[in-house]
Amino acid sequence: MSFLTLDHVSHHYFSRNNYTKALDNISFVVKDGEFIALLGPSGCGKSTILSIIAGILKQTTGEVLLEGKPINDSDLAIGYMLQQDYLFPWKTIKDNSLIGPKICHSKTPEVENEALKLLKEVGLANVADSYPNALSGGMRQRAALVRTLITDPKILLLDEPFSALDYQTKLKLEDLVSKLLRAYHKTAILVTHDIGEAISMSDRILLMNANPGSIAKIFEVPIELRNETPFLVRKHPKYQLLFDRIWEELNKNEINPEQAKGAANQDES
Amino acid sequence: MSPESDRHLLINHKYKLKREKKIVFTWQIAILISFFAIWEIASRLYWIDPLLFSSPSKIVELLMNKFSDGSILPHVQVTVFETILGFLLGTIIGIIIATLLWSSNRLSKIMDPYLVIMNAMPKVALGPIIIVALGPGYISIIAMGAIISVVITTLVVYSGFKEVDPNYEKVLKSFGASRFQCFKEVIFPATLPTMISTLKVNVGLSWVGVIVGEFLVSKEGLGYLIVYGFQVFDFTLVMSSLIVIAVVAGIMYKIVEKIESWLIKHTG
Ligand SMILES: Nc1ncnc2c1ncn2[C@@H]1O[C@H](COP(=O)(O)OP(=O)(O)OP(=O)(O)O)[C@@H](O)[C@H]1O
Ligand SMILES: [Mg+2]
Repeated sequence: MSFLTLDHVSHHYFSRNNYTKALDNISFVVKDGEFIALLGPSGCGKSTILSIIAGILKQTTGEVLLEGKPINDSDLAIGYMLQQDYLFPWKTIKDNSLIGPKICHSKTPEVENEALKLLKEVGLANVADSYPNALSGGMRQRAALVRTLITDPKILLLDEPFSALDYQTKLKLEDLVSKLLRAYHKTAILVTHDIGEAISMSDRILLMNANPGSIAKIFEVPIELRNETPFLVRKHPKYQLLFDRIWEELNKNEINPEQAKGAANQDES
Repeated sequence: MSPESDRHLLINHKYKLKREKKIVFTWQIAILISFFAIWEIASRLYWIDPLLFSSPSKIVELLMNKFSDGSILPHVQVTVFETILGFLLGTIIGIIIATLLWSSNRLSKIMDPYLVIMNAMPKVALGPIIIVALGPGYISIIAMGAIISVVITTLVVYSGFKEVDPNYEKVLKSFGASRFQCFKEVIFPATLPTMISTLKVNVGLSWVGVIVGEFLVSKEGLGYLIVYGFQVFDFTLVMSSLIVIAVVAGIMYKIVEKIESWLIKHTG
C-alpha cells in the first residue's frame, strides 16, 4: 500500500526578478513502514522536498498525498527533524520535548510521562530539567529526536540530523534511531550526504541530481543489509558493493552535469 | 600543578581585582570632589559669575531647606510619576505596535515610510500640538514622555522579531502551529532580551520628554522648577533642580538595570 505519494511535484523559489527551479517533476512512492534515503549534492532540493511533505512549503505544481489525502487535509502527525536541533534555549529539555503536544493542545500527564520515558530511553533522563546550552551536540540531537517522536508521527522526515556530529556520536545515534524506528514501526525519509549512512539505515535510496532537482536513480538496499544495525551493515561485504555502485553513479553525474535539462535559472543573489 | 598553588593563584587574582576596583573608585571620588571644589572656589573668587553659576554651598543650603520643609518633594514625586508612566506607556505601546506590524506583512509594508518619518522627526517638536490636543496638564506631559520612546521601541522590537531564526518557526509549523502560537512560543521569548534592553534606553528618553513637557506647561515638577528659577533669575534653584534630576534619573536607571538583570535571569 502506498503511504506517501509524490506525483510530478515541482517547486520554484521566486525572488524579485528571477526564479530558481528547485524541484523538477519529482515522483516517488513510499510504502508504510519503509525507510527511504535521499542522497544528492548540496542544493539539489532535498530540504525542499522535506519541507513540502511537512506542509511548511506548498509545491508550485504536482500533488503530495499522505494516505491518499492531500497533506494539508491530513491530520496525521508528521515528525520533522532539522539539520540542527533548534531546541528552544529558554525551555528545559523536558519542555522542549513537549512542545509538539503543547502546540496541539494534547499535553496531558500521560504524555509527559511518555516524554520522560523516551528521554530515559535515549539516555537523557538526568538532564530533563537542564537547558539546551548545557548539553553536547549529540545530546541535543537526541533531545530533538524525542521532541519529534513524542507526537507519535506516522512519518519521520530527517534532514541530515547527524551531519553536525562527530563520527563516533553519529554511528551511535544512527543505531539508536534505526532501533527506535523499527521498534515503533515508523515510515521515514532520511536526507543525507553520506553514502554509508544512506546504505546502512534505509531500505531504498533515491539518488538526486541538481539544477533542477530531480531523481537520477533508485537503488534497492539488499535484504541482508536491511535488518542489520547501521554499525554492522558497514562491515557487510554487500555494503561495499552497493557503495561502489552509488559512488560511480554520483561521479557520472558530476562529470556530466549538463544532463540537467530545461532552464535552470539560478538566483542572482 | 597542585591544588594548593592553584588556590594561591586564585587568591592572587582576587587580590588584584580588588585593588583595581579600589583605584577606580578613588579616582571617581577624586573627580567628584575636585569638580565641586573648583566650582566653589571659582564662584567665591569671582572667576565665574556666582549669580549665574551659583555655587555648591548655596545649592546645598537651598536643598537642605527645601527638603527639610518638604517643599521640593511634591515636585520630585510629580516628575518621577510622569516619567515612569511615560516610560511604561512608550515601551508597552511600542511592543504592541511592533506585534501588529509582525502579524501582517502588508501592514508593515504600508506603515514603513510613516515609521521612518516618525522616527526621523524630533518628537519634542510635537509638544505644542500635544498640549493643544490633550490639554495643559499631566496627561500631555506623560504623552510627551511616552511618544519620545514609542517609535524607536517599535522599530527595534520589530526588527528583533524579524531576526529570529526562521527554523525555530519551522519546528513549530511542522507540529501545525498557528501564527499566534509561533509568536507566543518563539518570536516573543526569543526577542525578550531585545525588549528588555530597550527599557534602559527608554527610561532616559522619557526623562527628556517629561522635562521638555514640564518646560512647556505645568505648575509642578522639576522641569517647572528649572523654568521658574530661570524666570525669576534664581540660578541656585535651577542648578539644584538639575542636581536632583541627575540623582533621581541615575537611581531610576540603576533600578531599571536591576530589573533587567533580574528579568534576564528569570526568563532563561
Ligand atoms: N528560501 C529560498 N529562496 C530561494 N531559493 C532557495 C530557498 N531555499 C532554497 N533555495 C534554492 O533551492 C535549491 C534547493 O535548496 P535545498 O535547500 O532544498 O537544497 P538541499 O538539497 O537541501 O541542499 P543542502 O544539502 O545543502 O542542504 C538551491 O538551489 C537553493 O539555492
Ligand atoms: Mg538541506
